[in-house]
Amino acid sequence: MLHIVNKSPFENQTLDSCLRVAGNADGAAILLTEDAVYAASKGNSNESKIKAVMGKVKIYALWPDVEARGMQDRVIEGIKMVDYGGFVDLVAEHSNCQSWL
Amino acid sequence: MGVEMTEATGGIDFEDEESGVVKKFMFVNRKAPYGTIYALEALEVVLISAAFDQDVSLAFLDDGVYQIVKGQHTKAIDVKNFSPTYRALEGYDIEKLYVEKESLDQRGLTEADLLVDVQVMSSADMAKMMAEQDIVISF
Amino acid sequence: MPTIEVNGKSYETDEEGYLINLGEWNEDVGAYLAIEEKVEMTPSHWEVVNFLREYYNDYQIAPAIRVLTKAIGKKLGAEKGNSKYLYELFPYGPAKQACKIAGLPKPTGCI
Repeated sequence: MLHIVNKSPFENQTLDSCLRVAGNADGAAILLTEDAVYAASKGNSNESKIKAVMGKVKIYALWPDVEARGMQDRVIEGIKMVDYGGFVDLVAEHSNCQSWL
Repeated sequence: MGVEMTEATGGIDFEDEESGVVKKFMFVNRKAPYGTIYALEALEVVLISAAFDQDVSLAFLDDGVYQIVKGQHTKAIDVKNFSPTYRALEGYDIEKLYVEKESLDQRGLTEADLLVDVQVMSSADMAKMMAEQDIVISF
Repeated sequence: MPTIEVNGKSYETDEEGYLINLGEWNEDVGAYLAIEEKVEMTPSHWEVVNFLREYYNDYQIAPAIRVLTKAIGKKLGAEKGNSKYLYELFPYGPAKQACKIAGLPKPTGCI
């Protein structure tokens, strides 16, 4: 299943909720988009939470959103970048998806 | 004394007993730049406020610090990159830019990651700075 | 949306005649907009228009008149960095008219 988060981890609890539920789930992938891409930056206070689930689930970030926010040179290693086409592929590859609004 | 007639004031000649009084205005920025419209709206208001010759300062806290991070490229999301406009503030005589250190730390950022000259300060000093204002406007 | 036609190509403008797509601007479009503004362009006019385009390119906004005069004074000399000089070139308001000719949006705070 694909989980999509689009809110800043500093603004509300959606990233935490998503990681709590999906962080240990078989075959789960998490895609960070819009302001959620700040969670993918090195040194931010959510880094350890993200790293903790990376062995179990795949983490992706939407490149256009990463670049728009100036985060392109500080992405945590192991997070995969996707463009809009890759976003569509992820949705198509997974049986279903949940947007953590 | 009336304010000179300018386009910035819409050609209106301000003439009242209040003119000449300078107040301390602080605009508090707490939102990331592109997820919502707050950051851009705040910047517009700040630019307009510059026409009124007041003592204007900007504070960047929480996700607001992301507004002034270097290296923003928004072509792919088809949204205007307004980060260069913060560098125009100096020309508008708005030179008091305050950034809370705790917000930078939490985000793994340092002063060197910012695209304008700022004064980095602790939460406690930020609180003092806010307390000194006549008017605080939040975004 | 209103359009203007220059050299057989049409360009979108807003209701007040400001060009919608900054990137489409060229000197012919500028010259056309100047005619519409009843401004007879001289090298001094172009100097201001080009200055404005450079300013916009750097900062992504059209400057307020006070900021424009100061910045022009710094770059082109004090004799040009005053509103008298700029109003002589653009009698209906340098920010408004020169910005329009330069293909920029209307300056913020300019009502």
